[in-house]
Order: sequence, then C-alpha cells, then structure tokens
Amino acid sequence: MAKALIAMSGGVDSSVAAHLTLQAGYEGIGCTMRLYDNEDAAVSGESTCCSLDDVEDARAVAFRLGMPHYVFNFTEAFRRQVIGKFIRCYQCGKTPNPCIECNRYLKFEKLLERAQVLGCDKIVTGHYAQVVETDSGFQLRRGADASKDQSYVLYMLTQEQLKHILLPLGGLTKTEVRRIAEAQGFVNAHKSDSQDICFVPDGDYARVIQAHTGETPAAGDFVDLQGNVIGQHQGLIHYTVGQRRGLGIAIGKPAYVCGLDVPRNRVIIGTNDDLFTDTCTVEAVNWIAGAPPQEPVRCQAKIRYRHPAQPATVTFTDEHTAVLKFDASQRAITAGQAAVFYDGEIVLGGGEIRSVP
Amino acid sequence: MIYADNAATTKVSEAALAAMLPCLTQVYGNPSSLYAFGQSAKEQLEDARARIARCLHADPKEITFTSGGSEADNQALRTAAALGAKKGKKHIISTAFEHHAILHTLDALKKEGFEITLLDVHENGLITAQQVAEAIRPDTALVTVMFANNEIGTVQPIAEIGAVCREKGVLFHTDAVQAAGHLPIDVQAMQIDMLSLSGHKFHGPKGTGVLYARKGIRLENLIYGGAQERNKRAGTENLPAIAGMAAALEESVAHLSETTEKLIRQRDRLIRGLSEIPHSTLNGDAVHRLPSNVNFCFEAIEGESLLLLLDDKGICASSGSACTSGSLDPSHVLLAIGRPHEVAHGSLRLSLGEDITDDEIDYLIASVKDVVTYLRNMSPVWRSLNEGKQPFVLP
Repeated sequence: MAKALIAMSGGVDSSVAAHLTLQAGYEGIGCTMRLYDNEDAAVSGESTCCSLDDVEDARAVAFRLGMPHYVFNFTEAFRRQVIGKFIRCYQCGKTPNPCIECNRYLKFEKLLERAQVLGCDKIVTGHYAQVVETDSGFQLRRGADASKDQSYVLYMLTQEQLKHILLPLGGLTKTEVRRIAEAQGFVNAHKSDSQDICFVPDGDYARVIQAHTGETPAAGDFVDLQGNVIGQHQGLIHYTVGQRRGLGIAIGKPAYVCGLDVPRNRVIIGTNDDLFTDTCTVEAVNWIAGAPPQEPVRCQAKIRYRHPAQPATVTFTDEHTAVLKFDASQRAITAGQAAVFYDGEIVLGGGEIRSVP
Repeated sequence: MIYADNAATTKVSEAALAAMLPCLTQVYGNPSSLYAFGQSAKEQLEDARARIARCLHADPKEITFTSGGSEADNQALRTAAALGAKKGKKHIISTAFEHHAILHTLDALKKEGFEITLLDVHENGLITAQQVAEAIRPDTALVTVMFANNEIGTVQPIAEIGAVCREKGVLFHTDAVQAAGHLPIDVQAMQIDMLSLSGHKFHGPKGTGVLYARKGIRLENLIYGGAQERNKRAGTENLPAIAGMAAALEESVAHLSETTEKLIRQRDRLIRGLSEIPHSTLNGDAVHRLPSNVNFCFEAIEGESLLLLLDDKGICASSGSACTSGSLDPSHVLLAIGRPHEVAHGSLRLSLGEDITDDEIDYLIASVKDVVTYLRNMSPVWRSLNEGKQPFVLP
C-alpha cells in the first residue's frame, strides 16, 4: 500500500484531509510540525497556534483514524527561514507573506524530505487547491470553493513537488468539509479557522520583530509626495503600503501610506488616489509548467491573498524576473507580497513583488 | 523488539512485582489507620524504608518517600533554599547539564532572589571537586550536582565533591536518579547531605521515589495535608509502589558487581561498533560513565528521523529530551558539553538493560549503521558536506 505523510495542524481541514487520504487507500502517517515556541511569538502562556492543544487535537484525530502521529520539531528551520525572512523583509520596507515562505521551506521542502525518509511517496495537506496531472505535466488549480481558494499561497510549487502532493480538499467546499468532520466525530469539527500569522497571535507583528531583534526601530519623518516633512513616524516596521490607521497626521483628506523610503527612514504619505499603479517587477518567479515563456503572457493576476484576480500581462525579463502590467491600475501594490498569475482556474506561476515603479 | 531506553524507564522486575501484588489485594489497609490491619501496612512501609536505607548506607529516619525523582529534587532544593535564606545565604551552585527538575527549580529560585552559579561541565561532561571548591562563597546555601547524567551517562566525582562541601560547611545534594541501583552509593562515605532517586529507573514501578536527607536537615513541605512521612509529605503512602521499589533496589544492589562487569563489556562493544561510523563521536567521558549508557552524535543526521527508522527496526532508543508536545528539542546536555546546535540535533542515546545479549548488541550496531547510511544518502546537508561546500564539524 502506498504511504502518505499527512500534515495535521489540529484544525478541521487537515483532519478531514487525513480521513479522505485513508479512504483513498493510502497508509497514512500523521504529523504535526512544531514551528515556533512562545519565545518566538514573544508571548507567555500557551495561547498560540502550535500550542499543545492543537497538537493534542491532531493526535486525537490521528488515533481515531488508527494511524500513528508524530510531532516534528522544525522550530530552528522556521526561525531561520520564515521568521528571519519576515523580519528582514519588514526592515527593507516591504510587507512579507510568511505563510508562503512556510509552504516553500517547511511544508514542501523539509516535510517532504521527512516523508521520503519515512518511505512516503505523498505528502498531504488541507489546502483548498487542486493538483491535476495532464499530458504536459502537473497543474495547480484553484480550489472548488472560491471563498476558501488557497492556490495563491502555493504558487511556488514545482513539478517535482506537485508529483508528491495530495490536496484532498481541493474539490470540496468548507461546508462539506465541516459536514465530513461532524460525521466522523472529530474533536475539532467546530473549531474556528486559524487567523493570519500563526507566530503573531495578537496581530502585533512589530512587537514580535522587536523581541527578536532586541532593537527599537528608529523614528523618522512622514513626508508628502513632494518630500515636505509633515510629521514623525515611530519606525518603518510599523507601516505598510495602503495603511490608513494609526498614522495620526492630517493632510486635509484621508491620509495613506504610499511608500517607505528605507535609506532615508521616511514614510511617504498621500491620498487614496496616489495608491493606484498598474505595473510592478516580480522576482524569484516560479513558472509551474517549467521553462518561463519567451513571449508576453495574458493572464489574471492577484497581488495579495484577498485580491480578486485582474487582467494583466506578464513579460519575463530574465529566467526568474518578470514585469507585471495590469490592464487597469490596482490599489496598493505592495513590495514583499506575492503576485500570482492565473489562466482561469489554472495557476501559471508567481513570484515576489520587488518594486513598484 | 530491543528495548534500549532504560534511562527513560525500565520494566518492573519479577521481585518488584511479587512485592507489590500483596499490597494491592491483601495488605491494602491505610498505614495511618489505628487497627491492626492498617498497622500491618505500616509495618510493610517501614520495612521498605529500612531496606532502602540499607542500600544507601543511610538511617531509615533519613528516608522520605515521594512521587518520584522530580518531586525529590524539588523538595531538596526548596529545603536548602529555605535553610539558606534563614541565614541570609542565597547562592546555589549547580551544573549546566542537570535534569530539568533541578534546572527549572533553580530558575524559580532565581526569580525569588537566589543567585545561581552553573559550573562548566567541559567537553567530557565532568566537573571537578576543585571547581566546586572555587565556586563556594560565604553565602553559598547549597551545592547540587547530579550523580550520573541522564543523557550522556557521565559519573561525577561525588565523594570528592562531598568532602569539599562538608569541609566548607555547605549542604550537598545529588540527583542520583540515574545512579541508584546502577552504581555503588554510600551517603556516609560520600558525605552526601541530600539525595534523590526514582523507583522506575531500576525496575521498580513508576510514581515513586525517595528523598534522602541527612539527620538534622529539616525538610520543607511541598505538599501539605496529613501527617504522613513525619509531617513532611502529605498524602496516603503509595505502599504497593514503595514495596516494589524497595524490592527492586535491593535486587539491583545485590547483583551490582556482576551486572556492572557484563554491561561495561557490552557497552564498550557497542561504542567500538558505532565508532566505525564516519563523522560520529561518543558524547561524554568513555571511562567515567554509567555501564548502561551509550550516546553518540552523527553529523548530518536528524535525531527525529533516526529514532523513527530505528523504531521501524524494532529498536526503542532516544535522542535529546522530549518536550510536552512529543517533539524533540536539541539536548541542553549536549549543548552544555559544547556540541554545536546542528550536531546536537543528531544524537542517539542507547541505554542498555541488564538482560541484553551480545547478539542484540550486534543487531544494534548493524541497524544504526544502516539507518545512518540511509539517512545520509538522502540528506542535502550530507551532500554539501561531501562536496566541500561546508566543513564537517565531526572528524
């Protein structure tokens, strides 16, 4: 019987994914990744996502399904490759998406290595997206539940990885998943969905960054688009492009962060209209089908998780870099976030937004 | 299956089981009851106390039963801290590689205003009596040094440390959880003031332990309630477990010299075999170590993977210490003896039982060699080490 290693967070999605994997005839091994401790999250107590409760929920489901369950300590790799990059990204005036880095380095690299060590051909996660094998290779497609679709955070998957990935929830809706969990009597059938960033449980990412670096970010100037100083900011890491709340400055109209000038430690302020641009450069691009196309490609592109895909053209300038030009201007294209290219349901690829000209 | 994790826990011996059973179904009275039936339980309890005292060369009145090694460690440290604080002494000396029952209690005491000195255990996992002597100050309330380390098995010069502490008039406690039943212990000759041990590490049952405290040391309560254990540890005594622990300790001590000789021979055979694995190293001193303990680091190996694959081959072993979630943290002991993080992650502890055979030792050697080779062949780290992209840590 083929063996599958199932990544179980303790939540309802991965629990149902585990159940469906066994139903599909695989011999399952459940595992939970321990990714950070309270020190990394700069909190005391046990209120966080990789907390004991989640591990115990995952274990309870695995035992109920009659399969072994292991906890893997990946805290070091997570600290280095996810939290470390998260901090560096903010320090460069960008807005990172750590879930993508976690998928890249932890779930689909380190965990895949573990799966191979354990003789598992497949790795299973509870993502809402679909892997389809075609004559020309593997395709990544949107999840059937449009409101839960997570293909955006999986754009970095390569052909070699897709070959080993099962996403049993891809064709289901969240409602169907909860129904299966209830029918199976899983302890977590009614557990709420996890929130934003697991290692920033209260959303105060600046505090987590300060706890890791031990540094208080330097205060600096708010400037308008003409470079006139209009106030004092509390340190660049507190701001992200498109932000309106917590600025404490008046310019006669609602004020937004339009850019971060790292060399001069300045936050550039403008109006909502100033946030609209149509072009950005995307780096470290992964083109799922393999070699990047020579010609410009028409597609629909997303510039953040909750952004509805918009018509655009991708033109590669070298093997890993592309210029993304939308047909219409988009609000707050933000460096550090992922740009992901779609052809309808199919994910063509994506990369990290480097700069917005 | 080969059970090679006897430092974690052991199988209850026939002798221990035989001592326990009557206490469960026949002499089940409460030792504190007045009637004869209860008093016969009390008699068994005191008999167990006397026999354990004899094994340690202590007086029965110096033996307090606890729920295990961790409780005994906590109570010993709390006692010394309270005695010290009365005299304005708030300095405690210990080592960096103690069990967490000691280290975390010391953390708590630190928050309460105690100053803690952790002695360097060097690359071989040993401290010297001279280090202790040099660290003692006029305000030192306690020296606590583990008898034998639970991970790398190194055995400290306890008698020498005892002599230094006695001469300087400082209380000396030792966590002997790994040593009791496995090494000769004489609390008088070794000048030990307090000692902790745990029943299930020498084929007794889990959930029972002993705190030895030299006459005149007034124990600080952790648990208040009834008058059991001379008022120093409330709660109805776990007589079945205590009787089992006493039988197990007596049996272990009686056979100590023969099992020691056999285990040392087998341990060294295992060490020789595993040393043939390139880029590996034995952790802890080769001579001053528990007869049952073997601990290696293998470069470019993750302990978790190693254990899972050994489990597949029917071998129970351990690596680092398990955290509450069941995942493995890099061992604080290996970090304390100076192993770098990436190597400390690839450790393996095999702790042998007295009944292990030479064939099983050979199977252990062959299996570990197989698994290490298999894992290295799949490891990107191993590949880059061999391509010279990064230097080997272990020769």
